[in-house]
Amino acid sequence: MSKLPPYTTTGQRVWHYTFLTICGFIFFFLIFPIMVIVPLSFNAQDFFTFTPEMLAFKAEGYSLKHYEDFFGDADWQRAMWMSIKIAPVATILAVTFGTLAAVGLSQSHVPFRGVIMAILISPMIVPLIISAMGMYFFYSKIGIQGTYWGVVLAHAVLGIPFVIITVTATLVGFDHSLTRASANMGAGPVRTFFKVQMPLILPGVISGGLFAFITSFDEVVVTKFVGSAAQTTLPWRMFTGLREQISPTILAVATLLVVISICLLTTLELLRRRSERLRGMSPG
Amino acid sequence: MALDDLKNAYVAFDRVQKSYDGEILVVKDLNLAIGKGEFLTMLGPSGSGKTTCLMMLAGFETATHGDILLDGKPINNIPPHKRGIGMVFQNYALFPHMTVGENLAFPLEVRKIGKSERDDMVKAALDMVQMGDFAGRRPAQLSGGQQQRIALARALVFKPELVLMDEPLGALDKQLREQMQYEIKHLHESLGITVVYVTHDQSEALTMSDRVAVFEDGRIQQLATPADLYERPENAFVAQFIGENNTLNATITGVEGNMVAVDIDGGMKGHALAVNCGGVGTRTILSIRPERVALNSDGPNKADAKVMELIYLGDHIRCRLVVSGNDKFIVKVPNSAGQKHLVVGETTPISWHSEDCRALDA
Repeated sequence: MSKLPPYTTTGQRVWHYTFLTICGFIFFFLIFPIMVIVPLSFNAQDFFTFTPEMLAFKAEGYSLKHYEDFFGDADWQRAMWMSIKIAPVATILAVTFGTLAAVGLSQSHVPFRGVIMAILISPMIVPLIISAMGMYFFYSKIGIQGTYWGVVLAHAVLGIPFVIITVTATLVGFDHSLTRASANMGAGPVRTFFKVQMPLILPGVISGGLFAFITSFDEVVVTKFVGSAAQTTLPWRMFTGLREQISPTILAVATLLVVISICLLTTLELLRRRSERLRGMSPG
Repeated sequence: MALDDLKNAYVAFDRVQKSYDGEILVVKDLNLAIGKGEFLTMLGPSGSGKTTCLMMLAGFETATHGDILLDGKPINNIPPHKRGIGMVFQNYALFPHMTVGENLAFPLEVRKIGKSERDDMVKAALDMVQMGDFAGRRPAQLSGGQQQRIALARALVFKPELVLMDEPLGALDKQLREQMQYEIKHLHESLGITVVYVTHDQSEALTMSDRVAVFEDGRIQQLATPADLYERPENAFVAQFIGENNTLNATITGVEGNMVAVDIDGGMKGHALAVNCGGVGTRTILSIRPERVALNSDGPNKADAKVMELIYLGDHIRCRLVVSGNDKFIVKVPNSAGQKHLVVGETTPISWHSEDCRALDA
């Protein structure tokens, strides 16, 4: 920890340490509930509690049986593959439409920008259960309720606000004279978008896509309304598992999801930094 | 302007108006004919409409009224990417995610020029601005002056016949700016291109241009060669904007051929060249360049001036005097042997020739 400068008063010192304590508590409450499931998922018993053997760090207290359950059970495997089939497609849709919307809404000549933006962001603000109900009735009417594409579409709608927000934030720093320069040199709007604008806003697009992916991968409420049994995703299966058969297999799944999320975030953040450095936008 | 002028011109603005909000005109009835191979500068303070004119020519703004012609053809309905005009932007607008070489190759790729020919053209353009060794660098790794050269090379690499420059030297320090002025001027001469240059820096305009259009309030106040602009300003705005200028308010008391007799506010009488003034009894602004005033009583127009301030500038001394109530009257005294040494607070006789004093619009 860096030393406090010599001119700090007693009051400032007290506040400094109080502040650190508050930060500590925030981290504790955010992370501890997640961290506690990791050791529990290696429980040798079918309980949600720490057994005396576990607390004594004895080898017989730990096992991989819940992971075996997960990988051996056809229901769990189907749910996992369903999530893997839905999330990337929903992400691609969300990134495509979200990026186009953000680029369009960043142009000053577009009328009613505020209103359009508010409507597109609304799935993030409106309570999920209300979105889910609305989608259920609407999708039933047009005949895509209970289909794979219905769920993909619903997840894309939930992901779009994240993409719009991150891409809009990136566009704030975008120098529009670059698109003018591109046009001046003879490039049409499409070439300008893919060769000039897209590479420069890519970090924002990637972050937005990541959020959209995780939204789709974690989502359970809308999926239960819009999907049918054939679209049981991993979170849905976990939800059912919790309600019907309190099995620590859920803990194993949760741990896997946490690990996947961390890996995904780290990889993409590294990629993003690398691309930013290559583009010479931040010092190496 | 005669119709023939517009037809023969390479670039022409024909009664062009521009309004952003539908009420206020930022460009009011612009008529301008630019010849092929000419270096024309649009000079004016910010908000005078000069950049708007350039943007209309590049196609980034549309004219509210009137026609813009390129080589005799109206270009109002041609999108910017089909106009084939080169442009250097104020902030250079180099693509940060591409190397210098890729930046220069961009307009050539768009034009589907083959790889080997493209490489040759990029190399030639970089050599032209003495940046041949920098093709592999990224713009962020270059200094401001180097970026400026790359921007220039990129605007020229696809060999456009018309190049627009929007205050391209604004971000450079004084020395580099002066050096680049000469380089741009020489490139213009050797390539034979037409250049439309926008700046608010009058010395830049005088150094580089064949002709200068002085903009103010959405209109061209005067379109003339640099020498004419300085020596023969047609109105008070141009006289004040180009170079240093002393003004005296006066009333016209008599007209004698191309000269007028004036009563200068503060009691002094004199004569001036009638340039842009009314008849007997009307008000006028007299314009006298600081270097045309002598510290003696030899000239026909004489006054006594009180010395307020002396600023030593090496080659000359700037003297601020009070003349007929104007306490911002500047006289430049060369720093040479035989010149009178003034002291702050003393009163000195000054005089000037009637031809050097121009009676302009009040």
